[in-house]
Amino acid sequence: HGPYQPHEPGYGLDQPGYSPYEDDIPDPQARMLAIKNAKAYLLKTSTKSGLNLYDHFANILTKILDEQPTNTVDIIENISKDVKWAQFRKKMDTLRDEHVIPPTFEAAEKCKALFIKEVGEEDHEELDEEMGEPALPNVMETAFYFEQAGIGLSKDECYYIFLAFKNLIHVQPIQTCRFWGKILGLEMNYIIAEVQLREGEEEEEAGGEGEEAVAEEEKEVGEGEEEEEQKEKEPELPKSTYKPPPEIPKEANGTGTNKYVYFVCNEPGKPWVKLPPVTPAQIVCARQIKKFFTGRLDAPVVSFPPFPGNEANYLRAQIARISAGTHVSPTGFYQFPEDEEEEEGADTYEENPEFEPPPVAEMVESLATWAHHVKGILKQGRCVWINPAQKSEENEEDDEEEEEEEEEEHQEETGHPLLTLISEDEGMKNIPAWTAQASTNLIPEYSIAILQSNRWPGAYAFASGRKFENIYFGWGHKYNPESHTPALPPPAETEFPIEPGITETADPTVEEELAFKAAQEEALAEAEEEEEEEGEDD
Amino acid sequence: LNCLDWSLLTPATEEMLALAEEVKGRFQGDPSFEYSLAEINAEAAARLVQNGKEPVMKEEARLTATIEEIDRAVGIVPRGAFVKTPLGSVHENRHFEGLSLAEAKKLSSYFHFTEPANLKNKTLLEKADLDPSTDFLDSLEHDIPRGSWSIQLEKGGTVVVLRSLLWLGLTFYHVPMTKQFGYVYFGTGEKNLDLPFML
Repeated sequence: HGPYQPHEPGYGLDQPGYSPYEDDIPDPQARMLAIKNAKAYLLKTSTKSGLNLYDHFANILTKILDEQPTNTVDIIENISKDVKWAQFRKKMDTLRDEHVIPPTFEAAEKCKALFIKEVGEEDHEELDEEMGEPALPNVMETAFYFEQAGIGLSKDECYYIFLAFKNLIHVQPIQTCRFWGKILGLEMNYIIAEVQLREGEEEEEAGGEGEEAVAEEEKEVGEGEEEEEQKEKEPELPKSTYKPPPEIPKEANGTGTNKYVYFVCNEPGKPWVKLPPVTPAQIVCARQIKKFFTGRLDAPVVSFPPFPGNEANYLRAQIARISAGTHVSPTGFYQFPEDEEEEEGADTYEENPEFEPPPVAEMVESLATWAHHVKGILKQGRCVWINPAQKSEENEEDDEEEEEEEEEEHQEETGHPLLTLISEDEGMKNIPAWTAQASTNLIPEYSIAILQSNRWPGAYAFASGRKFENIYFGWGHKYNPESHTPALPPPAETEFPIEPGITETADPTVEEELAFKAAQEEALAEAEEEEEEEGEDD
Repeated sequence: LNCLDWSLLTPATEEMLALAEEVKGRFQGDPSFEYSLAEINAEAAARLVQNGKEPVMKEEARLTATIEEIDRAVGIVPRGAFVKTPLGSVHENRHFEGLSLAEAKKLSSYFHFTEPANLKNKTLLEKADLDPSTDFLDSLEHDIPRGSWSIQLEKGGTVVVLRSLLWLGLTFYHVPMTKQFGYVYFGTGEKNLDLPFML
């Protein structure tokens, strides 16, 4: 930088009193000296940053003149800051870089793990060919169809999910696998895969659980005996008449609500966690509460009625409810096998090889072209009704004395049979249960039929020719036109059974006492008179 | 209506807002649909009749009122994106370079973009820290009920996404260290009144 020439615009600004033209200055010598002093002062390097004011001003003015922003005087401080910042960037480059990289870097590392898996794959590929059925779902294809409907995740995320599925398949013995959807949570979201494990793999777990249950029962019997002994010694405490409702057994793995096994992960790249099978009690409770998911599977679910389990169980219960309520397919795609009779117990269905897909326009117009292919959940919490009275006989070991057992008549609950048309789904108030649309009216040859559920906002299904798919994106709650009212706590139990010895009676009032006394005296007087009379007779 | 025909909505009036709160349930999709208020709330209908109007509410009005409510309640901007001049007018800050990653994770660095209601209630200590040119709006921290915002980092920390739990479907995004931010609403247009039960 040379000293500013008079014709440069920056010249006179160093010294506010002076005009840019030197011709008018009367005393050049003193002024020149003053100017030089001022300039030397400006050129003084700051000890902290290594800049000097002179250069800084020059940079600011250059920037202003280059950009020519409006209302410069208002933002001059910000411009100054920016220029300084720009200076610093070059100096502390190395430090800056190291600091910024970690967060994105870590995430990228995890995703990288998804991409690298080429070495171990070759062995598995041969197995897959033998299987015949493609185990890996084509997530990208599904995403493409849903994109036409305006639903879906970004392409990047879909691809990551795709790769994560590939990992899952290699790790777990999986027969079929499907991308179920994504549930949003407060801190983190859940990506959910619906999976059918190969047979033989599930039995080990059932055995483990059976053993645990047996061990618990033995413990209970042992405790029951101890309690009996204690109670004989102490005077009888009032026994509670509360009997917990008999526990409804959960459905076996592979049937009903537990037909599929679900794996979740928070983000693609993180390890997949298997969700535990769902029990009817959990489903019944989940119907009564409405809670957000936090994103951590071990978080407790604090609610009333108290939910039996933590967030993993609540998530599984909601998934079961959503699947039962919204998984549909074009009518006729699945059919019952011809050998079995059509009962409510029909659980299996097969693909219909003779299925001819109805045209898209028809699928959109009438809801009768869609059918549920998952069993609905009964009030009990299971798909197949079971009589709880049978079970309670086994638990009588815990009852020491005979008490009055209230026999509840359990009515057999019936639900819709398996392949019901969705036109029979009831709407709420005047809102139909499903809304059907075609993806586009402009190109009818390639449009697909899209179904949105109004009962579970976020559940979508599409169909195009032979292809169809269901998916869920949302918070995981059912739609309720009125607000959610939590259950009221049940009335408090009476402390003591009502017996004459315990209940209080009001003390007799004065009049009553007097009347009683008078009555007694009369009776006495009569008795005495009688005695006197008898005595007189003697 | 269907991305081809756009109709201009009139600004909302207080009356529309009050009425819209009464109407519950989904939108129909037809802007000229009329809700019969007599069924929903007899008082409101009676008031309307007294004023000489019919006890119905058009869906268009309900839509306008809902949009206005959403904007007021959960329209948010990052701190520093807008500045207030000493004259009182609010301008976009052209030198806003984005929040840093650490700042972006905190709820207090986002403001409601409406008339501040709670600014004066802060303690003096807090007021001393505020910078009047940028901190003239309500921060999200003090939203009631607490925790009615879900803040998440996506894509490896390159995008921060805030979702409102009061109006389910309102999503706000911001790319830290850049000027990009914005919010969109996809949803059924209903306030989530069950929020206190769900947290």
